[in-house]
Amino acid sequence: MIHFIFGTLTWDALPHVWYTIGATASIAVGGLFFAGLLTYYKRWTWLWKEWLTSTDPKKIGIMYIVMASLMFFRGALDAAMIWLQQSISVGSSQGYLDATHFQQIFTAHGDIMVFFVAMGFFFGLMNLIIPLQIGSRDLAFPFLNSLGFWLYVAGAVFINMFFVIGGEFAASGWLSLPPLSEIMYSPGTGVDYWVWSLQISGLGTLLGGINFLVTILKMRVKGMTLMKMPMFTWTSLCSMALVIVSFPVLTATTALLWLDRFFGMHFFTTTAGGNPMMYVNLIWMWGHPEVYILVIPAFGIFSEVVATFSGKRIFGYVSMVCATICITLLSFLVWLHHFFTMGAGADVDAFFGIMTGVIAIPTAVQIFNWIATMFRGRIRFTTPMMYFMGFVSLFTFGGMAGVLLSVPGADFELHNSLFLVAHFHTMIVSAALFGIFAGITYWCPKVMGFKLNEKIGRWAFWLWIVGFFASFVPLYILGFMGATRRLDHYAATTGYQPFFIIAGIGICIIAAAALVQVWQAIVSIKERKQNLDTTGDPWDGRTLEWSTRSPVPFYNFAVLPEVDSRDAFWKAKKAGKSAEPVKYEDVELPKNTAMAIYLSGFVFLFGFAAVWHIGWLAAVGLVGSVACVIVRSFDEHTEYILPAADIEKMEKMA
Amino acid sequence: MEHATDDKHIFGFWVYLMTDLIIFGVLFAAYAVLQGNTFGGPSAYDLFSLPTALANTLVLLVSSFTCGLAMLAAQSKKVNQTIAWLAVTLVLGATFLTLELTEFSRFIAMGDSWQRSAFLSSFFTLVGTHGLHIAVGLLWIVVAIVQLKLRGLTPAVTSKIVRFTLFWHFLDIVWIFIFTMVYLMGHAI
Amino acid sequence: MHATLKSYIIGFVLSLLFTLTAFSLVMYPGFFHASYGVIVPGIIILAVIQLLVQLIFFMHLATEDGPRWKLAALVSTIGIILIVVVGSIWIMNHLNYNMMASPADMNTYIQSQDGF
Repeated sequence: MIHFIFGTLTWDALPHVWYTIGATASIAVGGLFFAGLLTYYKRWTWLWKEWLTSTDPKKIGIMYIVMASLMFFRGALDAAMIWLQQSISVGSSQGYLDATHFQQIFTAHGDIMVFFVAMGFFFGLMNLIIPLQIGSRDLAFPFLNSLGFWLYVAGAVFINMFFVIGGEFAASGWLSLPPLSEIMYSPGTGVDYWVWSLQISGLGTLLGGINFLVTILKMRVKGMTLMKMPMFTWTSLCSMALVIVSFPVLTATTALLWLDRFFGMHFFTTTAGGNPMMYVNLIWMWGHPEVYILVIPAFGIFSEVVATFSGKRIFGYVSMVCATICITLLSFLVWLHHFFTMGAGADVDAFFGIMTGVIAIPTAVQIFNWIATMFRGRIRFTTPMMYFMGFVSLFTFGGMAGVLLSVPGADFELHNSLFLVAHFHTMIVSAALFGIFAGITYWCPKVMGFKLNEKIGRWAFWLWIVGFFASFVPLYILGFMGATRRLDHYAATTGYQPFFIIAGIGICIIAAAALVQVWQAIVSIKERKQNLDTTGDPWDGRTLEWSTRSPVPFYNFAVLPEVDSRDAFWKAKKAGKSAEPVKYEDVELPKNTAMAIYLSGFVFLFGFAAVWHIGWLAAVGLVGSVACVIVRSFDEHTEYILPAADIEKMEKMA
Repeated sequence: MEHATDDKHIFGFWVYLMTDLIIFGVLFAAYAVLQGNTFGGPSAYDLFSLPTALANTLVLLVSSFTCGLAMLAAQSKKVNQTIAWLAVTLVLGATFLTLELTEFSRFIAMGDSWQRSAFLSSFFTLVGTHGLHIAVGLLWIVVAIVQLKLRGLTPAVTSKIVRFTLFWHFLDIVWIFIFTMVYLMGHAI
Repeated sequence: MHATLKSYIIGFVLSLLFTLTAFSLVMYPGFFHASYGVIVPGIIILAVIQLLVQLIFFMHLATEDGPRWKLAALVSTIGIILIVVVGSIWIMNHLNYNMMASPADMNTYIQSQDGF
């Protein structure tokens, strides 16, 4: 009876070690504090109506960014814990973490940063900016947008769930390769939590990918052909196309792993004919496009930033578009470089080594185009521009390491060493993270109505770039010295420790950078009245989003614009187009809905039941999810009309 | 406005079907790689009955045709005819599932379940996933019939019917490759 | 959607024809004097043709209004699936050949593969 109700849940699953108790306590304290604030200021209804049930992509975008920032804190904490262990666990000292715990930390660090921080920030920025750039009022499927966000939240809660119930996370690396991740070698619930948090959030990502693709292809304003789209929109299109073709591979592959674990199947087991190498092959077929999903939108952000702050249009727009498309296509032909050493042999390795070298070419084209954009421009060294320049130097540096790694012979030495770890962190931090920082700073006035504090922003940038070099150059050196990744202990004779100590200084600088950014946010909010964006175009921008007020009204455009060229807004400004008398029309907008929250809740319950083998709860989750979908399909009143008169009133008031 | 919305929804659903196709692609890849790993157990040649596979295939093909007839009825705004052809599709789909589940139980009863070998794991997963999609399709037909009865062929309901027919045809297309690569290939080798 | 009764009937009859041909090729190879080397490519080609038939006659892929995004999406997807399936087979073949676990397996494998 107990087994029927609780599945494999026992009292043991409740927190009973220092870190699960600590994390549960922090979550509880944080949650109570937040709930207390809401109660004191009587903001529960406001939160529900204005934010949680909203289908407005601007609101959803901000919520994504808030969640991603919270997850960033957790991922960074994991990174600090990894570093600390590796700095002190030398010779006779075993450090402060036992091996299994250490493994869980670096696993969580990778998954959180990739799935919940980077993807969260980019989905946030895309929600905020893409409709504005293409002259649309919303995404193609507002309900799916909300659903995608709440599935992301459910996945984020799920990946933290083990702190409260379960006590262990996957200890098998961020991709949980078998045989280690199979039931025989990971009998606990850790890997199951891993599988389901990825499945749930992955579903959200896939829905978002479909949404953005259809939006960009079908909802551009009149006159905006594909070759007139801004670069951020182009790169988002390509990135979402990659999401659409690659995330199903992740879904299927992790599902097969789960089938092995739950139903005793033999896809990747070491017995009964299973082949663990097949998992490695399949998961990297997703994994490589994934990293491009993360950097391609960053390239788009930088294109916008460079053009605006050089006062020139992007150099070689057509070649930029072609290069982006080439990178998108090629990213599906290089995946084996993640496992050159697994034993596929010379001809296979050679093919993928060459393809990996080739993919560097369109990337280089982009870099030359950005630099050419700066040439003879009137450059303003604002914070976003600084991040761009940091990106160019750092990305080239890390990219060269990548070219070295693409040579299979060299990779046999460097595979899974700290050289590799330094390489991929360089790429992701310089492109994705700096891109996110640049994007947030650049578009903050548009979204929030005020600029962020420039001076503090520049301090943060310098701390980031110095801190990053200090943290990761030692790792490149350690890689050459033979240090492998994920080391939880090493002998003093290796001589690694001094480099870890230097890296530690770097981490402190990065921590300072992050704190400075938090301080920047606080100061900027306090000083917002002094930094108001009154024109809607604080940077003298080129693309359509700058033609709206700041902050953007919930209907985006009072009247949908028409374009006839690239950078149409810039052209209109230079031509000094006078304000024509506007004719307002009624607008159809989507209503708020709580259904996405309920649906995600049921999906969450299903995942939880799958982890703990609770049959009745799984049925509840499944039936509930299906019921939500069916109920929603019967709802034909999902939109409301905003009368033209109301729009006119709001426009005149602004 | 209606037409534009409809177009968006149909295209969005098509893109989702593409992602579903890729999931099947991965399952096919797994089957292709692991089909020889029988671990001393039965192989495709030993297990599969071609007459059964043919029966399944024909049932599904006919259901794809009746689904097309439902589409035509919807296009001509004939509510009752649409419901009728959808109901026939439902019966045929249920027949397909019954035949398939019977085949599965036969294997399991002989001890050849998905736990026996990698080949059997990949077989049950590939064909089972297709069957799961068919089951979802059957539920969808029921919901569609209810909506047709309650609301008639409004633009919204028609759009949903169109999406259903895309889904059902897509499942028959996947089945072409299942019967070819799994059942026929199993006996040809 | 431009559905016509004619398209569904043509699609159904052609699909039926190709299905029955494929099954007959495997069930009664003698009738066609077909060796293994003909049957396997044969059924694959028949499957691909039936795929096209169903795409055109059941899913009306050819009659899309405006820019052919559905076609583009389908072509991309098929391309990716080919990379996934063919790529996996190619890579796993090599991996299995080089990395097979026990000597007994290895001997059998190399013998059956006639070496590479």
